[in-house]
Amino acid sequence: PLHRVLGEAVLPFPPALAEVTLGIGCGRRVILRSYQEEEADSSVRAMVTEMSIGEEDFQQLQAQEGAAITFCLKEFRGLLSFAESANLSLSIHFDAPGRPAIFAVKDTLLDGHFVLATMSESDLHSPAPHRLVPPLQAHSTPHLDDFANDDIDSYMIAMETTVDSEGSRAGPSIPLSPGLRPPCSPGPYSEDNDAEPSTEPGTPPPKKFRSLFFGSILAPAHSPPGPSPVLAEDSEGEG
Amino acid sequence: FLFQEKIITASFYNWVSAMVAKLAKICTLRISPQTLNFILSDKVAGGGVSMWCELEQENFFSEFQMEGVSAENNAIYLELTSENLSRALKTAQNARALKVKLTNKHFPCLTVSIELLSVSSSSRIVTHDIPVKVIPRKLWKDLQEPTVPNSDVSIYLPVLKTMKSIVEKMRNLSSHLIIEANLSGDLNLKIETELVCVTTHFKDLGNPPLASEDASQDRDPEQMAEVRIDIRKLLQFLAGQQVNPTRAVCNIVSNKLVHFDLLHEDVSLQYFIPAFS
Repeated sequence: PLHRVLGEAVLPFPPALAEVTLGIGCGRRVILRSYQEEEADSSVRAMVTEMSIGEEDFQQLQAQEGAAITFCLKEFRGLLSFAESANLSLSIHFDAPGRPAIFAVKDTLLDGHFVLATMSESDLHSPAPHRLVPPLQAHSTPHLDDFANDDIDSYMIAMETTVDSEGSRAGPSIPLSPGLRPPCSPGPYSEDNDAEPSTEPGTPPPKKFRSLFFGSILAPAHSPPGPSPVLAEDSEGEG
Repeated sequence: FLFQEKIITASFYNWVSAMVAKLAKICTLRISPQTLNFILSDKVAGGGVSMWCELEQENFFSEFQMEGVSAENNAIYLELTSENLSRALKTAQNARALKVKLTNKHFPCLTVSIELLSVSSSSRIVTHDIPVKVIPRKLWKDLQEPTVPNSDVSIYLPVLKTMKSIVEKMRNLSSHLIIEANLSGDLNLKIETELVCVTTHFKDLGNPPLASEDASQDRDPEQMAEVRIDIRKLLQFLAGQQVNPTRAVCNIVSNKLVHFDLLHEDVSLQYFIPAFS
């Protein structure tokens, strides 16, 4: 399963490494490579680690040689261990650098989409924070609002995890100047535009791992009798 | 200066660097046709601690090629962060094959290339590029094997794990430790503070045969030779020893130096701690 292939693939990388690049290399091999920002002080260089996996280890690979995206390794490790623990099938969908990458997990009971931002071409050459866009509205994931009064056995958990972007950087923190280009805009993707809090220029925005939608794909007819159990309480309390 | 390529496949190289990584954050790797050495010669930063670790390349590598600067100076000296090397080699624990090459990818690197065992037909390859600094020839003289001074006492060490747990506890009480030993197989670890004195006695350790018929012959076997050292340096040395060595000797030069001479199967490790001044 893909989560195991990738779960093993991330092991050689240093635990503190912030970002990783995933791409297709020569001979249609899938490459994971540690991403290091260019340090001004070049006397201390970081080790570069690369893992190369043959196409045969993947059930399906549809990508061009040379395609590559760079994203947060810590989030990726988290989702891999989640997929591993629940033995979910995993598929990865990505586009050009800068566009979000979707990591879809699935089994008979649930369907989840993890959305991670990827570094854009200009990000890759200059130190800049990256920021996650609001989630994609995928066809199988219901709106948060639709389930406010739902009595069928489907549940939704929206998780927001805020990771301090400074904490997850391996190198020294890089001060931003107010003139830096703004983070990539949501573009045509977000319909559920739960507006991100705008950040002040000059401070690195917190990385928000925006939403993880779980939607049950069981049809209503199969709902068990009795009140549906609350499986995970809204952490904001007062339900 | 030219970069030379060498191709090595190794079997038990990994635990060597795990040991070295604990002893020296940054160390020098010296590559010569017969041997590989890990060197720490940190006069100032390490407080005078020196380390010289030597292994015969033919015991470890099935293929070894190198080319030094010139015929008379047939060696390569590389400075690297030991933790990078030990992390790279840790990946090799379940490897089918491992190769180490000196490369130049924008900057000089020791490239460790590991082919992993894989359930599928295609192999997985991990590559680690460890940045290294090539040390110019004019600095090589500072990186030679330290001369082993004539010691007053030479004694076999007790089990290192035991020594380590004792020194760890002593460390809470004092920053210095006295190590003393005699030619009757007695070794003591002593700390002395205003409040307390603690001594741990090891007996019947045995002494290696004397190297030469010199002044040691006249030495009273009961007389202790002692040296006061920084306890953290001793602890750092002991912390690096995961496995009990095949042979472990301690040489004391009174009030000057303690020299640990270990042999782990085919790897020799020498560690010098100067007297605390």
